[in-house]
Amino acid sequence: MAAVVTAAKRELGRKVMDVLTKIPVKEQDAKKRATNFDEVCLGYTLEEAMAEASRCINCKNAHCIEGCPVSINIPAFLAKLKDGEVEAAYQIISESSALPAVCGRVCPQETQCEGVCIRGIKGDPVSIGKLERFVADWACEKGIKPEGAKEKKGKKVAVIGSGPAGLTCAGDLARMGYEVTIFEALHEVGGVLVYGIPEFRLPKEGVVAKEIENVKSLGVKIETNVVVGKSVTIDELMTEEGFEAVFIGSGAGLPKFMGIPGENANGVFSANEYLTRANLMKAFDENSTTPIMRGGKVAVIGGGNVAMDAARTALRMGAEVHIVYRRSEEELPARLEEIHHAKEEGIIFDLLTNPTEILVDENGWVCGMRCVRMELGEPDASGRRRPIVKEGSEFVMEVNAVIMSLGTSPNPLISSTTEGLEINKWQCIVADEELGRTSKEGVFAGGDAVTGAATVILAMGAGKAAAKGIDEYLSSKS
Amino acid sequence: MPRCRMEDIMYKIIRAEELTTNIYLMDVEAPRVAKRCEPGQFIIVRLDEEGERIPLTICDYDRSKGTITIVFQVVGAETFRMAGLKVGDSFHDFVGPLGCASELIHEDEAALKSKRILFVAGGVGTAPVYPQVKWLHERGIAADVIVGAKNKDLLILEKEMEAVAGNLYVTTDDGSYGRKGMVTNTIQELVDGGKQYDLCIAIGPMIMMKFVSLLTKDLNIPTVVSLNPIMVDGTGMCGACRVTVGEEIKFACVDGPEFDGHLVNFDEAMKRQQIYKTAEGRAFLQEKEGNTHHGGCGNCS
Repeated sequence: MAAVVTAAKRELGRKVMDVLTKIPVKEQDAKKRATNFDEVCLGYTLEEAMAEASRCINCKNAHCIEGCPVSINIPAFLAKLKDGEVEAAYQIISESSALPAVCGRVCPQETQCEGVCIRGIKGDPVSIGKLERFVADWACEKGIKPEGAKEKKGKKVAVIGSGPAGLTCAGDLARMGYEVTIFEALHEVGGVLVYGIPEFRLPKEGVVAKEIENVKSLGVKIETNVVVGKSVTIDELMTEEGFEAVFIGSGAGLPKFMGIPGENANGVFSANEYLTRANLMKAFDENSTTPIMRGGKVAVIGGGNVAMDAARTALRMGAEVHIVYRRSEEELPARLEEIHHAKEEGIIFDLLTNPTEILVDENGWVCGMRCVRMELGEPDASGRRRPIVKEGSEFVMEVNAVIMSLGTSPNPLISSTTEGLEINKWQCIVADEELGRTSKEGVFAGGDAVTGAATVILAMGAGKAAAKGIDEYLSSKS
Repeated sequence: MPRCRMEDIMYKIIRAEELTTNIYLMDVEAPRVAKRCEPGQFIIVRLDEEGERIPLTICDYDRSKGTITIVFQVVGAETFRMAGLKVGDSFHDFVGPLGCASELIHEDEAALKSKRILFVAGGVGTAPVYPQVKWLHERGIAADVIVGAKNKDLLILEKEMEAVAGNLYVTTDDGSYGRKGMVTNTIQELVDGGKQYDLCIAIGPMIMMKFVSLLTKDLNIPTVVSLNPIMVDGTGMCGACRVTVGEEIKFACVDGPEFDGHLVNFDEAMKRQQIYKTAEGRAFLQEKEGNTHHGGCGNCS
């Protein structure tokens, strides 16, 4: 008996100590993963997940819920998970999120739920993201689906774009009982989840396709190969096809270039093109016939998440990869985890460096980049210190491919073909944050089409807000 | 694994013909595209789940039947596979109409009637010229058309074009049919013979459009060309199709495909078309010759 008590005390002592530290999650070895497209993070086991969930102190005033753009009841799902009731945990998450397996992987939790976790004051915050991922993966493996609508409303809503905003809006509306059809321009469903975010961060068949199946299981119809604005207009959808409300979640748009000489040389790609070839067109798979540049020395211009994705993809295609960014490490807009992973894998960071010209060989191919070194001056309008060219710092960097990852400008396909749809000076669609209402009656919008390039979860938050807006609008109409 | 899509939407082939060696014509059911398309626009097809996205300019359309006519030449692995499709087969994906319609169709009809228009079609470029000539013909406007081909065997849509063109001038590089020489020779001869034109629309290989544009600039004839650069999505997202027009960078998929021929930087555009030449060619040879192709020739290692 005494021995049992001693053992329990020892166990308790370990727990008290460890309660400040999160349970580490297993990752694929950096050297190994730099040569494959398998997922980097391997996820928790059930035991690990239950132990990590038990670190939640179930705050009365749960900041984490406020920190979540789709307001998942985090303490409630953690309480279920802690007791091993994974299915109940899943249904709690599903009430708020249509894509938990995606969010558990790509949300910037460090600035959201985990960033405000009380545990984080005196130790590590609870690994909410990794736990959400565990619950979603577990439910997927067990074939558990989210609960659908109890009764139908008999009203049709069109959702444009099948990215995170569209899928969330569609999922929420379907659960309320609306008849939802998503129109997708590409041949595959998922938007940025399939064309943009690489396989090693977000597996397409194992995770994205399955979450989309869940949205479809709620009764959502999806029509691919429809470019709204070209194949059909919003006005036609409303007057000829019987949709009483429309949500625009068409995404970010056209890639930006620097406007420097040599930018149209062969071997200069937008990150969008490079990633689309690798992901949507499956060039990452060596059996694919999709053409893509492999090997060589690649410079990725930019420091955001998309730049990290492009760099880490090029690395896996056998290239020596440099991130070229005009500010310092502190200003890199990418998530810390992505920067950390990129460095571990061997990406070289050329910070405070800016290209001024792409050098081109006699056959029209990139052979180098003229660059200047930068230093940081006073903060600019964005609050970040403005980079200034260092006099006489010009040098040539030898590269044979350049990937431009400088953000996007809005696609005018929809705004230019929809009468009465207001856009702002950046050509983004104007919509209110609270309910996603645009200037046109019955038309709602959210995600990158409204805000410019942002994150998956912010787009999901906007899709969610618009679903609420559409429900209020259609309820008041009848 | 079947991906998430609406399984009931099929883009069925209801006509399939080999027009001449390696050039194929197909009518495909695509009601949404057929309802809204206009001359000058293009579509993107994908053969199957493994297929590449292939952009093709629309050759003809039938709104009542909901069909689109496409014409393509076998130039690589993907078009080689497409050539094997038969009536009753389906494309996995067929999206459009993409790009802007020809400026012609936005012009005032009376103003158009007073215009003397010359079309110059080269090779498989005859296909996208056809709907524009037909569109004018339906409005009682007769345009002159020059069709050029390498030789008699590569000439397509002659009868169809004859039915809608004002005057049709066929020329072959080797003189095996019609006139002998390049399309530019015919343009020069027509102008020398007293013909006057207010507008030239040239569609064909990049090199042909370049030389037509150089000539018409000398002759002072405003010229429109239709570009078909490498592209992926066709909606402006990838930027692969960027082209320099005057001082500006344009995306052929959303700003084009038609541009002012006198402003297009053809040399750059031609170089950009070569980006994946080796990779595509290799894939084609690998598919055709299977394991026997090991790059031993030294041309494609």
